[in-house]
Amino acid sequence: MTEHVHRDDYGSRLGMWLFLVTEMVLFGGLFIGYSYMRYRYPGEFHHGGEELNVTLGVINTLVLLTSSLTVVLAIVAVQRAEKKRAMAFLGTTLALGATFLVIKGFEWAAKFHHGFYPNSAHLATLPPGEQVFFGLYFTMTGLHGLHVIVGLSVLGVMLWWVATDRIRKDRYIHLENSGLYWHLVDVIWIFLLPLFYLAA
Amino acid sequence: MSESTEHAEPNEHASEHIEHPGYGTFIKVWVALLILTGCLVGMSHVSQTYAVWGLLTLTPLKAGLVFYFFMHLRYEGPLFKVVILVTLGTLLIFFALLFSDVAFR
Repeated sequence: MTEHVHRDDYGSRLGMWLFLVTEMVLFGGLFIGYSYMRYRYPGEFHHGGEELNVTLGVINTLVLLTSSLTVVLAIVAVQRAEKKRAMAFLGTTLALGATFLVIKGFEWAAKFHHGFYPNSAHLATLPPGEQVFFGLYFTMTGLHGLHVIVGLSVLGVMLWWVATDRIRKDRYIHLENSGLYWHLVDVIWIFLLPLFYLAA
Repeated sequence: MSESTEHAEPNEHASEHIEHPGYGTFIKVWVALLILTGCLVGMSHVSQTYAVWGLLTLTPLKAGLVFYFFMHLRYEGPLFKVVILVTLGTLLIFFALLFSDVAFR
C-alpha cells in the first residue's frame, strides 16, 4: 500500500487505441465524403489536384515518415536506458514536425495569395466540383495540421519528461501513447498525399 | 480481465524488453515506406488508372506497415487487432451503404 503504485500499461495502451479509433472514424467520414465527391466530379478533382504542389506534398510525406521513425527509435532508446539518444530522437521528431508545419504554411500562403481560400471570391467563380475539392482540401489538411500541432505539443512534454527522468526504462507508457498518436497523424497524411496531391 | 492483467503485468513488462525489436527493424520499415512512396508517386505519373490502383493498394499497405510495426500492433494481443478491425469494418459498411445508395439513384 505504501510503496505499491498501481499501473496498468496494457489498459493505458488500450485506452489510447480506443481514442485513436474515434480519430480514425472522424477522418474516415471525411474520406468517405471525399470518395463520393470524387466519384461525382472526377474532372474537377483532377483539375483541382493540378493546382497543388506535388513536390511539397511529397517532401512533407518524407518529413512525416521520418518523424514517425524517430519517435519509435526514441522508444527503443528509452527501453535501453539511452537517455541522450532518446532525447536526440525526440528533438529530431519535433524539428521535423515543425518543418512539416512550415512547409504547409508556405503552401497555404501561396494558395491564399492566388485567391484559393475558404469562401474566397475567386473560389466562387470556379465550377462546383472544384469548390468542393478545395473545401475538402482545406478541411482535411487543416484538421490534420491541428493534429500535428497537438502531437508536437504532447511530444514536447515527452521530451521534457525524458530529460527529467519522469520517462525512463521501466516507465515509458506516456511516450508510447504519444508515439501512437503521432503515428496516426502520419497515417492520415499517408492517405492525404494521394487523395489530393496526386489526384491530377 | 483486470485481475489477469494486474497479475500478468510485471511479467508482461519484463517480456516486453526481450521481445521488443531494436533500431534496425524500424529503420528497415522506414526504408520500405520511402520506397512505397516513390512507387506511389511514380505510378501517379503513368496514368490515371495506375494512380487509382496505386492509391488503392500502396496507400493501405503503407498505413498497414505503420500500424503493424511503428504502432507496435505486431507485439500486441488479439484485443487490439479486433478493436481496429471492427473500426475499419464499420467504416467499410458506411462506405458500402453510401455507394449502394449512389449506384441505384
